[in-house]
Amino acid sequence: MLFSLLIAPAAAEAALPPSNPGTPPMSDSPWSLLPAASANAEALDTLYIFFWILCGVAFVGMIGVQAYFMWKYKKPAHGHAKTSPLTHNGKLEFIWSAIPTVFFVILFIWGEVEYMKQVTPPPDAMDVRVTGQKWSWTIEYPEVKGCSLTNDLYVPVGQPMRLTMTSVDVIHSFYLPAFRLKKDVVPGRYTVLWFEATKAGLYPLMCTEYCGDEHSSMVGRVHVVPQEEYQAVLAKACELKQGDAETAEDFGARVVTRGGCASCHTTDGTVKTGPSFKGLFGKTETLADGSTITVDENYIRESILEPNAKIVSGFSPQMPSFAGRFDDKQIAALIAYIKAQK
Amino acid sequence: MSTAVQSQDPHPAVEPSYLVSKRGLMSWLVTVDHKRLGLMYLASVMFFFLIAGILAIVLRTELFTPDQDFMSAQTYNQVFTLHGAIMVFLFIIPSVPAALGNFLLPLMLGAKDVAFPRLNLLSFYVYSVAAVFLIVAILTSGLDTGWTFYTPYSTSTGTAVITATAGVFIAGFSSILTGLNFVVTVHKMRAPGMNWNRMPLFVWAIYSTAVIQVLATPVLAITLLLLIVERSLGIGIFDPAMGGDPVLFQHFFWFYSHPAVYIMILPGFGIISEIITVHSRKHIFGYKAIALSSVAIAVISFVVWGHHLFVSGQSELAGVLFSFLTFAVGVPTAIKVFSWVATLYGGSIQYNTACWYGMAFLWTFTVGGLTGLPLSTLAIDVHLHDTYFVVAHFHYVMVGGTVVAFIGGLHHWWPKMTGRMFNETAGKWGCLLVFVGFNVTFMTQFFLGHQGMPRRYYAYLPEYQVMHQVSTIGSYILALGLLWTLIYLLHSLWKGDKAPSNPWGAVTLEWQTQSPPIEHNFHETPHIHGSPYDFPEIDKSAGALHH
Amino acid sequence: MSNDHAHAPAHVDDDEHNPHLAHHFDTMGQQTASAKLGMWLFLATEILMFSGLFLAYFILRMFYPEMVLEAHEHLSKWAGGINTVVLLSSSYTMALGVRSIQLGDAKKLRLMLVLTMLCGCIFMVVKYFEYSAKFEHGMLPGKFYSAHLHGYEIEGLPHIFFGVYFLMTGLHGVHVVIGLAIMLWMFIRAGRGEFSAKNYVAIENTGLYWHLVDLVWIFLFPLLYLVK
Repeated sequence: MLFSLLIAPAAAEAALPPSNPGTPPMSDSPWSLLPAASANAEALDTLYIFFWILCGVAFVGMIGVQAYFMWKYKKPAHGHAKTSPLTHNGKLEFIWSAIPTVFFVILFIWGEVEYMKQVTPPPDAMDVRVTGQKWSWTIEYPEVKGCSLTNDLYVPVGQPMRLTMTSVDVIHSFYLPAFRLKKDVVPGRYTVLWFEATKAGLYPLMCTEYCGDEHSSMVGRVHVVPQEEYQAVLAKACELKQGDAETAEDFGARVVTRGGCASCHTTDGTVKTGPSFKGLFGKTETLADGSTITVDENYIRESILEPNAKIVSGFSPQMPSFAGRFDDKQIAALIAYIKAQK
Repeated sequence: MSTAVQSQDPHPAVEPSYLVSKRGLMSWLVTVDHKRLGLMYLASVMFFFLIAGILAIVLRTELFTPDQDFMSAQTYNQVFTLHGAIMVFLFIIPSVPAALGNFLLPLMLGAKDVAFPRLNLLSFYVYSVAAVFLIVAILTSGLDTGWTFYTPYSTSTGTAVITATAGVFIAGFSSILTGLNFVVTVHKMRAPGMNWNRMPLFVWAIYSTAVIQVLATPVLAITLLLLIVERSLGIGIFDPAMGGDPVLFQHFFWFYSHPAVYIMILPGFGIISEIITVHSRKHIFGYKAIALSSVAIAVISFVVWGHHLFVSGQSELAGVLFSFLTFAVGVPTAIKVFSWVATLYGGSIQYNTACWYGMAFLWTFTVGGLTGLPLSTLAIDVHLHDTYFVVAHFHYVMVGGTVVAFIGGLHHWWPKMTGRMFNETAGKWGCLLVFVGFNVTFMTQFFLGHQGMPRRYYAYLPEYQVMHQVSTIGSYILALGLLWTLIYLLHSLWKGDKAPSNPWGAVTLEWQTQSPPIEHNFHETPHIHGSPYDFPEIDKSAGALHH
Repeated sequence: MSNDHAHAPAHVDDDEHNPHLAHHFDTMGQQTASAKLGMWLFLATEILMFSGLFLAYFILRMFYPEMVLEAHEHLSKWAGGINTVVLLSSSYTMALGVRSIQLGDAKKLRLMLVLTMLCGCIFMVVKYFEYSAKFEHGMLPGKFYSAHLHGYEIEGLPHIFFGVYFLMTGLHGVHVVIGLAIMLWMFIRAGRGEFSAKNYVAIENTGLYWHLVDLVWIFLFPLLYLVK
């Protein structure tokens, strides 16, 4: 695992196992696993270090005094020493109330100033729409028609981005540790998050509001790319067509990644929230009402478009519909992919 | 200033202790004696501490590797939910007030019992019914909402949310009744001469706690009732699909649950004030500051709930206000810690187990308090919210604060409650294991959280593995320490030396009656003439004393 | 804050013979003061519990003002009005009951308890008819709402309004029933001669509780029935 810190982002991307779609390396620093990839992150790290110094001094001071008293005023071996009649000292009490108050006010104001920057997107920010659902992030770019990515956010360096976010089911929280930002993603309302990335690279994106079974798998990637490459990279990412030299099965694998299917469906036989793709095709399953069904092309197609129509017993209706997100060619490729998982 | 001492044990062995004054199972089941009820609560909360502690170890073991190991996602989610729900509602909230508080409050006040002994018995059975509901929930389809029951997840998941929330709803009533009983007891049952300035600080702490219990818990009750109705009838207050607002639930919930955090920690403060004074033979430093800071914390605790919603999309203005108010809680908390340290000055500190726990508390609680600062700082909280940093912070406060104080208090009053002395050497080893294990477990989690590890993940990015493994090993050490403590304490019940009435040389009233006390606590109503911290070792000639 | 508990020597002789003095109290005065303080605290918790519901109501009204206006037209102002009068009268009879036992008149206390209970029962009967009408018209909470199938078209999300309506009046109704049970118990105890001019704190507390039930209704009635 530690070696993943040392390998280059591009190599790591290629090495990602399909069952764990969001494992970008975080940092090459031995001191912090966490890179600072936005202006906000750098400003916050300064405040955070200030806090550590402040608390460190306070803690060491207090524990130091405590340890000294414990050593100095230890009870003698026999009997008790006479003890001090001290009960209070107004001046001292005032000082130790006032000093923390001053530092609290400093922390409060400093935190406030940074916070206002965090919540005020500049007018030239580029819009991206984010939809949270169990258990993936759908990311849409208004300027690229029909582009809907799953768990992959592409942003150019130095360009303010404004994410307008909502959820289709429960509350999620959109967390970008490398930018030191998060915001809840709430059904029935929009929340906004903005940032300006400063360093190209690949960073994790995680859900931090508990949202059910595969909360831990609601992990995606932020690709920060140089301005001049951005359009091309995004266009390529948005494209989801079968390549000339690509088999239907390989194309299907890409469709699976795009759909974020792996957060619920494994290919190694492990049952997560949905059935594993391994050996799924051709199986005979019992539905909740007792009837049986054979997993064939039609059933898989129906399960993608209308997931809750026929649920195999032992599973719960959790899957969102992919109607409108996948076209017929993509579904056909997906079926081919599932067939190949023997 | 004269001491509050009655002549010690004026009628030795004339009357049997409360443990044996009546016999048979029924005499326990229908007892209205606050001391017996205290013991019954103690046994119950310890049972649930054990259960929820085992769940914690299971969680930490699963987290030893980044991948899924021996639990499915659903199982993991249920286990962390139950760990939290049981720890909060069946262990920590009743631990100090209902177990130690019940036992000690009337004794410290010089009263025969609490104001409403039958209501006290009722509280215990209400608590038991609540526990049954939670157990039924576990045995049927479990609970996977997290202990916070956030909507709309809690209104849509397939687990036994209604049974579990009904259990918590009922537990709330137990808490309300106990709080009500204690407030009236403190107001009306004090022995002659015990004015508000002569009450032990443990009583002050329990009193502040009881006020919060009475004022905050009804809101929890109605919140959970709304949740139950939402889930069963779908009235649409919290469910966005039906026109409601899911964040509204969080406001309702934290309006109770943040004050509830202080229900959990304030009694711990009280214990520490007693332990530090008695084992250093010093008058508490800043009695009024400590007593009033408890009250201040209780009051401010009602207006800080919004810091749980810093990233929920609440208005920026609300964020600013709640951030400011949250810092305001820090001031009385800091005053307390400084006053405890200052109390040690010029003392005669006896290194025994209870004292060690008191010293450990100063360390762990200070860490917990200081790490609350970045969480109150809006901008930093945005990064740390719902990460392991928060997990570590509240464990430092809840375990490092409340549980360490509770175990310390248990050692301090063990001779009084059981009439037996435990083995001090064993006690110190236990304390050391708990202290080291606890810090290894949770100190690591601050770093994990700052580096972006979110809460409630059963599988995580491999970068975090080393720290997770350190944390897991720490949790084993902590568990070992707690088990060891359980063993030697139980052992003392059979093999321990008989406890004298006042083994630590304390001057509060509970030590002025025999160990264990008689059924009606005192042979004759005590009269109080001075401070509860006026130790005979204090050198009155040493300095100017102005009272 | 000075020493506010009752260790006054007055009546000590009386109290030692008073069978109503519990073992852990020193004087009747201390016992009575404790019971009263306990009751006031309990009432505080009740008010806080209802205030949670009132808060939910105000948020609902803030979100959907038109819907609340339209939906409330379907509540019977007459039934609500009659119930208000009935409950107010019952508070009066209850107060008279407390007064009579303070003067030592247990017989009149029993009469007043009967009158109060009667009012409480009338309240519940009216409530029964009101609820039945709502059930018939499908004006039910949440997912059971089906008024549109019975020919009542209410714009917006009336299921939330009726959810809150049933929750608030239902919880209040539960309190009325509990109040009736307590009064019945007090009636029996008064019959056994347990209360006197020196021992009436239980009656007083019953009265306080009943006034609270009344008070909550005084808020519910205008908020739910008389929105306009």
